[in-house]
Amino acid sequence: RVVSSPPALEMSAISASEKVDGFTRKSVRKAQRQRGCQGSSQFAASSSRPAAPEISALPQLKDASSTEQHELFMQKLQQCCVMFDFYDTVTDLKSKETKRATLSELVDYVSTNRGVLVEPVYPEITTMVSTNIFRTLPPSENPDFDPEEDEPTLEASWPHMQLVYEFFLRFLENPDFQPSTAKRYIDQKFVLQLLELFDTEDPREREFIKTVLHRIYGKFLGLRAFVRKQINNIFLRYIYETEHFNGVAELLEILGSIINGFALPLKAEHKQFLMKILIPMHTAKGLALFHAQLAYCVVQFIEKDPTLTEVVVRGLLKFWPKTCSQKEVMFLGEIEEILDVIEPTQFKKIQEPLFKQISKCVSSPHFQVAERALYYWNNEYILSLIEENNAKILPIMFGNLYRISKEHWNPTIVALVYNVLKTLMEMNSKLFDELTASYKCDRQREKKKEQEREELWRKLDELRLQETSAIQNNRHEIQFTYSNNNNNNNNLHDKDENPAAAITDRIESNTWAK
Amino acid sequence: MAGAEGDDSLYPIAVLIDELRNEDVQLRLNSIKKLSTIALALGVERTRTELLPFLTDTIYDEDEVLLALAEQLGSFTVLVGGPEFVHCLLPPLESLATVEETVVRDKAVESLRKISQEHSPVDLEVHFVPLVKRLASGDWFTSRTSACGLFGVCYPRVSIMTHTFESTLITAVMHFRTLCSDDTPMVRRAASSKLGEFAKVLELDYVKSDIIPLFTALASDEQDSVRLLAVEAGVSIAALLPQEDLEDLVMPTLRQAAEDKSWRVRYMVADKFSELQKAVGPEITKNDLVPAFQNLLKDCEAEVRTAAANKVKVFCESLPEDSRETIIMTHILPCVKELVSDTNQHVKSALASVIMGLSTILGKDNTVEHLLPLFLVQLKDEYPEVRLNIISNLDCVNEVIGIRQLSQSLLPAIVELAEDAKWRVRLAIIEYMPLLAGQLGVEFFDEKLNSLCMAWLIDHVYAIREAATCNLMKLVEKFGAEWAQNTIVPKVLGMANDSNYLHRMTTLFCINALSEVCGQEITTKHMLPVVLKMSTDQVANVRFNVARCLQKIGPVLDSSALQAEVKPVLEKLATDQDMDVKYFALEAISGMYLFNLPTYIFSETFSFSSILFFFFSFSLSP
Repeated sequence: RVVSSPPALEMSAISASEKVDGFTRKSVRKAQRQRGCQGSSQFAASSSRPAAPEISALPQLKDASSTEQHELFMQKLQQCCVMFDFYDTVTDLKSKETKRATLSELVDYVSTNRGVLVEPVYPEITTMVSTNIFRTLPPSENPDFDPEEDEPTLEASWPHMQLVYEFFLRFLENPDFQPSTAKRYIDQKFVLQLLELFDTEDPREREFIKTVLHRIYGKFLGLRAFVRKQINNIFLRYIYETEHFNGVAELLEILGSIINGFALPLKAEHKQFLMKILIPMHTAKGLALFHAQLAYCVVQFIEKDPTLTEVVVRGLLKFWPKTCSQKEVMFLGEIEEILDVIEPTQFKKIQEPLFKQISKCVSSPHFQVAERALYYWNNEYILSLIEENNAKILPIMFGNLYRISKEHWNPTIVALVYNVLKTLMEMNSKLFDELTASYKCDRQREKKKEQEREELWRKLDELRLQETSAIQNNRHEIQFTYSNNNNNNNNLHDKDENPAAAITDRIESNTWAK
Repeated sequence: MAGAEGDDSLYPIAVLIDELRNEDVQLRLNSIKKLSTIALALGVERTRTELLPFLTDTIYDEDEVLLALAEQLGSFTVLVGGPEFVHCLLPPLESLATVEETVVRDKAVESLRKISQEHSPVDLEVHFVPLVKRLASGDWFTSRTSACGLFGVCYPRVSIMTHTFESTLITAVMHFRTLCSDDTPMVRRAASSKLGEFAKVLELDYVKSDIIPLFTALASDEQDSVRLLAVEAGVSIAALLPQEDLEDLVMPTLRQAAEDKSWRVRYMVADKFSELQKAVGPEITKNDLVPAFQNLLKDCEAEVRTAAANKVKVFCESLPEDSRETIIMTHILPCVKELVSDTNQHVKSALASVIMGLSTILGKDNTVEHLLPLFLVQLKDEYPEVRLNIISNLDCVNEVIGIRQLSQSLLPAIVELAEDAKWRVRLAIIEYMPLLAGQLGVEFFDEKLNSLCMAWLIDHVYAIREAATCNLMKLVEKFGAEWAQNTIVPKVLGMANDSNYLHRMTTLFCINALSEVCGQEITTKHMLPVVLKMSTDQVANVRFNVARCLQKIGPVLDSSALQAEVKPVLEKLATDQDMDVKYFALEAISGMYLFNLPTYIFSETFSFSSILFFFFSFSLSP
């Protein structure tokens, strides 16, 4: 465990006792320095210790004899554990350059040489990597950071950090790399810290972590279940708690390839992941940022196991956007991707609820939504499915199509609807004629039903008014009943006194069983 | 039974089910929101035997519907037949407490907490406690999360009333312990946030033996989101413990939290600092909290410094009196001095909103020597919010040293804010004008600030003109009618001849606001003639505002002026060709009971379209 605990921990312990007393000149100077390096918790923490020791260049690895090389390699790794404050652009320039050159040399060294990854270097490498990359991410400089609109805050120490990531990747990809040795150092705690880093605002860093995690997932079989579980936790926190996590798209991308490799039949754990996490994830505010990756994962699942189609489509219908047209267009896109790979038997199971929703979309006043839904009729495969099931689908679609062919404000939509109606008519002209003939009656019936509803609620509200006064009168009796259970005679809803109960009493009591 | 007879009153009830099942989510939602109406119509027995089972089965619905359902069920006790049947509500709420969506679950827990109070102790043990246990050992994290929120409410009453309370309580603690070390961080977060509440209902011995280890574990969780919630629990626990146990049991953990490597945890400590201070008492405050507070004020993250800066005043106020001044002067003030020139505007702004409060604590001499220079620096800060926060708290200083000490620096700051490019900043400073005027006195005001107040009247933003009008009224309340007559009334009336109709309208709005405070004489002699003259203005908006103005100032005028001067003008306006002018003239006439108008004239003019048009034109005019 020594390896994975970043030195920042110990540093803050030292600085804490140092900070206790006050207002020496040193502390003033320190505070000023701290202000200069806002934005990175890591450097802020390290800046409260004495300034970073100067590091001087060691001889080149390639110039060392093979016996010295190992020792020198270790020394250089240790040297790279010294951290520099990149928010301070004036101090330590020489040391920063030395570290950069050293890191660059290390990258070269592990990628071109064989036989350098002997057992003692594993802990040194993990310590160096942990020290450099693991940190509490600083608060976002822009509290209302909108990944779609705003420029991300880039990591200031990137010149070093990039090389550290590069080095770590080369290390993992080295043909001599032994997972069985490395697993002592690259453990659950290491992976957990790595996953937390996915929240970084810097897309360059996320890209690197993604590749790193992918390699780790590939090489460390023992960590796989753990990684999946922790990703689940991150997603659940994202969906239900914070709605904020910068690396969702990258994590989904990794999952896309993981799902691809799932063995059949799918484990319950994986199905649960699909239904409890991937589908609810569609409700997230930031869906636009990762929808492509999410839809890919969902379609992967359906391709693996077509019997999941029904639950997936019903899930999507449950979370169908109610007010956000932009998201609605994304949902329509995803449904089309699903329909592209759907099996005809599965299609039959979901056609009714699905086309009820599509019918609503087609008549959306937002023309992009309507347009996206109408484009389904340009898809040959979907068209063949509709044709095959036209007796079911035509009655669902007809009403709205017919209505908006006359009413929609957007001429493009009207033209598209016209084409769709034509296609449907060609599919089943008899049914189409019947529907046209009954259109008016149906509308009137709907209107009447609506009136009846209103009438019903009006009556209920009247009833309620009568009741309220009854409750007021009886309230003290309820209190009394509570304290003394024997006295049940004066119960509030005693049938003789209760007009509502008197009415309902006469109704056949099996209405609920319907 | 009777259904076949076609009795009209029966039909609705049969339809209720369809309403709750309606395909349209919105309609379903409406029905659920009126669930109590339905229950009322069904009566208690059928609500219990038919409605509740039906609701328990419909749990796989839209989250929005479920949320409404969870809320409704919390106040359903009466509708199922009172407290003795309240346990009928548990099954549907139990299902709702396992839903994924947090808002639904939270609402279900809230309702469960509510109805737990309506259970008799026996029912609690027979029905409620088993439910909590089931939730606490559920498979999916959602039920375990919900369980965390229920321990605090159900056990205190069980333990008092039943014979088996000892064993019940021990199992409860055991369950809670399991939740605190749950596999998923979601559950640990829930447990962490409810730990304090649970501790409060336990005997002190249990707190010491069982809760403290849980707290220590949660406070050193690997996830900072769990640790930060433990801070609040720590504060609650500290408040429960006797002074002599604090040092051993909670202080090490709290100290560690104040220096946590995650800024979120440190932020939480800063945010809860006053509560913490209160919970641990004066001795520990002096020895531990003062240095911790200093560190938070010097934290490397601006978020933490902001939270700490907000607490400066409360923290200082609550320091033990014997050493308060020394601590502030030697430990806190140096930090405050640094924060005054912080690089982050939110830190400075937070400090500016409380720093003035220190003057009452430190007294006159210290304020003049140490605080005044800081106020002056903040008054010149580059961010308007910082300056505003200082100005808005001037009253604290005024009590101690008098505002004059500041006036030299105050003035440029006020002038600059008064001309700030952002109208919200201008609005904010206007709101402090009456306060400033009261403290600076009439002479200073006339000399330096009066022109500003008048300049706001012709601001290009309506909200500013409106606030400026209101400001004049408050000034007159402070300085009196005579002052008004000499200084502001002539200027206001002068604007009646302005070429811009918006400025002419401002005159009318000012008169609306000032007539009452200025009294009958000034209104009749000076204001009324101007208003009447404006009734021939060429802009309709001005004319109808004349009508409104006349109605407004009518009560201040004497009746002879009303009859002789106001009436003819209003009558003329009532025949104006603009329908809004007509409308408001008639409105004024009937509003002041000047005439017994036949109602038909009124209703004829009172068309809906004219009102709409009025609102439309009015909202565009500024």
